[in-house]
Amino acid sequence: MQIYLPIAEISVNIFLLIGLGGLVGVLSGMFGVGGGFLMTPLLFFIGIPPAVAVATEANQIVASSFSGVLAHVKKKTVDFKMGTVLLLGGLLGAAVGVQVFKYLKEIGQVDLLITLSYVVFLGIIGGLMFIESLGAIRRSKKPGPPKKIKRHTWVHGLPLKMRFRTSNLYISAIPPFIVGTLVGVLAAIMGVGGGFILVPAMIYILGMPTKVVIGTSLFQIIFVTAFTTMMHATQNYTVDAVLALLLLIGGVVGAQIGTRIGVKMKAEQLRILLAIMVLMVCLKLGLDLVLTPSELYSIGAGGH
Amino acid sequence: MRFFLLILSLFAVSAANASETVVSELSKGGVSITANFDGSEVFIFGAIKRDRPVAASEGQLDVIIEISGPTIEAVVRRKERKAGIWVNTDSVEVERAPSFYTIAATGEVEDLLSESERSLRNLGLEFAVRVADEKDNDYRDAVIRIHQDNGTYTTTVTPVTLTEETLFTTKLAMPSNIVEGDYTVKTLLVRDMAVISTSTSIITVSKTGMEKFLYTMAHEQAFLYGLLSLAVALLAGWTASEIFRRIRT
Repeated sequence: MQIYLPIAEISVNIFLLIGLGGLVGVLSGMFGVGGGFLMTPLLFFIGIPPAVAVATEANQIVASSFSGVLAHVKKKTVDFKMGTVLLLGGLLGAAVGVQVFKYLKEIGQVDLLITLSYVVFLGIIGGLMFIESLGAIRRSKKPGPPKKIKRHTWVHGLPLKMRFRTSNLYISAIPPFIVGTLVGVLAAIMGVGGGFILVPAMIYILGMPTKVVIGTSLFQIIFVTAFTTMMHATQNYTVDAVLALLLLIGGVVGAQIGTRIGVKMKAEQLRILLAIMVLMVCLKLGLDLVLTPSELYSIGAGGH
Repeated sequence: MRFFLLILSLFAVSAANASETVVSELSKGGVSITANFDGSEVFIFGAIKRDRPVAASEGQLDVIIEISGPTIEAVVRRKERKAGIWVNTDSVEVERAPSFYTIAATGEVEDLLSESERSLRNLGLEFAVRVADEKDNDYRDAVIRIHQDNGTYTTTVTPVTLTEETLFTTKLAMPSNIVEGDYTVKTLLVRDMAVISTSTSIITVSKTGMEKFLYTMAHEQAFLYGLLSLAVALLAGWTASEIFRRIRT
């Protein structure tokens, strides 16, 4: 069954959109990532104009993250205090990111820089997580005392200390604020929620427990993507409500299923799966940059 | 009509430069884009009006029908390999390009009209599309190729049925990814490599119903539209969460 999307201005199969939403939703719930880094390239692939895909995806992430966060609130695995600090940084970052995006668009290099940022960030994060979780799985299989995690890092030496009860941490508010800002900038430039950067940053830089990380990440993502949606809707008119609705029907159901799966799995398994997925997307995008494209030319919006 | 033709043929004495005019009509003057819009077909038909009979020696009569969509403003960019990766390097402005283009004719357009005539009338993709860079046609060809790949340009000519040199009909398809606006349908009557009459009509493509409502709201009340999109997202997220909670308990 075909449906005409009013803003994207093309006709697409309804079930394809619901299915894509569902698939990405499951992954989103499992790993606490918005799923934008998967969905946005998938939308390009089925022919949605990139500007519409990026903006609409932000709106869809709001829905799947909200659905996911509710499940985590009930389980008390959301650190609201940490989330708020991250969020304040995130909003500042997103505002900066939108301006950077606008500038890159003007010089005609936005596609390249988006792809490059994906490859670099997905590569670094996926690689680090893969190595770390492989080590963790090996250690857990061997009997004997587990290796003690270093809890006292440079992060603990900074001023403005706050107590984050849910995360069981007493650290400075500066590192989470900076992490939030950086993620906000990247989120706006890359058209994603930023969970795939936020989750590892919370685990490895802030030292938060994995179970709390997912809920807190979702909490922060809701607000950053809601802000991004509003920016796109009022400045670029590229949010397609029909496309978003279809994606989120599949997405919210998928996110619920994903959250249940995620709770049942071991933290190391969850991390290694996320790492593999991140590396696969990275590889695909990297190959696109290096291999000779089938079409060397592209048409961009003009008028200047 | 056959009787009418018979009468005409009775008067078929050698009348040089018989004045012939083309009259054409469309099956619809508008295409509405609704939620289940999946492309459209336009049936074009018409007749040739003569005030004098035509001699057989005057050459073959042909009909060319061109539909071109609203023009687009765009730039074409070319990628080049720089330090191992493919980067957009050069760009050229598109001076004129229709968002949709298709031709129907009684033969290959190249055989019916001379190059200068086609150029004068911007007929055919090689003349309908023009980019700022005149040196080589790579950019122009790229614009044509990209549109062809997404179905908005067709390079093959749709056949036109011409009956008794008087009646003609054809059917042209418009894909689902067409944009809103006025589409010009131009009918050319050709005899002996010369255009002897033209007729122009307009097909208005517009969104209707929910499609129009959402599109208008997104542009005219963007802030409200954004808030509404967010409200729908939050509601859907909450509903799913509630449903699953009830299923579990």
